[in-house]
Amino acid sequence: MEKSDVKILGMRPSPFVNRVQYALNLKSIDYEFLEEKFGPKSELLLQSNPIHKKVPVFFHADNTICESLIIVQYIDEVWTSGPSILPSDPYDRAIARFWAAYVDDKWYPSIKEIRIAEGEEEKSTHIGKVVEGLALLEGAFIECSKGKSFFGGDSIGYLDIAFGSCLGWLKAVEKIANVKLLDEAKTPCLVGWAERFCSHDAVKDVMPKTETFLEVAKILKAKYRP
Amino acid sequence: MAEEVKLFRTWSSPFALRIVWALKLKGIQYETIFEDISNKSPLLLQYNPVYKKVPVLVHNGKPVSESLVILEYIEDTWKQTPLLPEDPYERATARFWAKFVDDKLMPSIWHVFVTQGKEQDEAIPLAIENLNLIEEQLKGKKFFSGETIGLVDIAFGWMGNLISVLEMVTGLKLIDAEKFPLLQAWMQNLSDVQVIKENWPPHDKLVSKFQAIRETYLATGAPK
Repeated sequence: MEKSDVKILGMRPSPFVNRVQYALNLKSIDYEFLEEKFGPKSELLLQSNPIHKKVPVFFHADNTICESLIIVQYIDEVWTSGPSILPSDPYDRAIARFWAAYVDDKWYPSIKEIRIAEGEEEKSTHIGKVVEGLALLEGAFIECSKGKSFFGGDSIGYLDIAFGSCLGWLKAVEKIANVKLLDEAKTPCLVGWAERFCSHDAVKDVMPKTETFLEVAKILKAKYRP
Repeated sequence: MAEEVKLFRTWSSPFALRIVWALKLKGIQYETIFEDISNKSPLLLQYNPVYKKVPVLVHNGKPVSESLVILEYIEDTWKQTPLLPEDPYERATARFWAKFVDDKLMPSIWHVFVTQGKEQDEAIPLAIENLNLIEEQLKGKKFFSGETIGLVDIAFGWMGNLISVLEMVTGLKLIDAEKFPLLQAWMQNLSDVQVIKENWPPHDKLVSKFQAIRETYLATGAPK
């Protein structure tokens, strides 16, 4: 009865929602996906996440959990028989948590800012921030991967999920803004990692295609047009 | 190998205070390095190149930054006096509220603190709403973690005490005993905890400092 016990309330183009899906896929847990549509927020969303009113919301038996990275940690702690998502060493865990928080607090918001920027100067500023951040993350990759394929080592882990989930929007914004953000000349390790992440079994059927993001970008633009 | 634990902090940083409390609760010996924020040491910049801020915990030469990350590291490394419960759902709940403190609650209170007049009037309802949300979490409990302090108490602890400083400086009463009886009781209980009361920065010094901060913001306009 695992399937009905585990549900995600979300929107498929949300990287935060995708994170939860990647985590569950890694642990081979079946789940039900409850689609939250664009437009007015559903009763279920407002009731299950009254504080932030955002997706993803994760349901497991009687438990409701919000905030994507908190959900990922919960999944790791509940389903211990599957591969570990967080590293086992406390220092490695701290580094993974640090960079995941960096992605959420500092880096990813700039991706969105590029998309919605009005004027070249504003766009340029945010592009600069994203590129600067990628240079830092390249360094983080070298430190965390220790020569292996992913931030988590041989398989994808917490930081791969946190950062990798943003790759879909990154590629879409590259098209929308006509700019190269992930550049092999500047961040060769990340370019290789991105390809491996996107083709990973836990990821490839979940991460939406660039076309989907472009469609969503149009919807969002129309929504916010005065 | 002998353990070497160092904490880079300032005398007043509330985020650093979280780490002081966690280390003391677990009985961990450490060395304090006080930083002057206007003149940051080369070591601090080396240990925290991304944010260049305190607190930074250095354990056997390895630095950890960002207070909530440091708290989890301390919890993972030293198992005595746990700050988080064992149950995964309760852990997720504690993490949720600790993050709420940093992402929503603190900024909304800060916004009241650095504004005046109409802008302040407009900022107050959100702060009150957030305080209401956290008040709810104390129902039937002495501390957010139950009978003893844990992650959320530590995350919110400094604000619990600093609020009196901010109220004095602004002349505004945010945590009214009538409206927030549970928070009021929690603040009292918190200030009775040994490691909290022994490590609180001097009240008068805090008042002067925050008075000056508020004046700077009002003069130059609060950055968003």
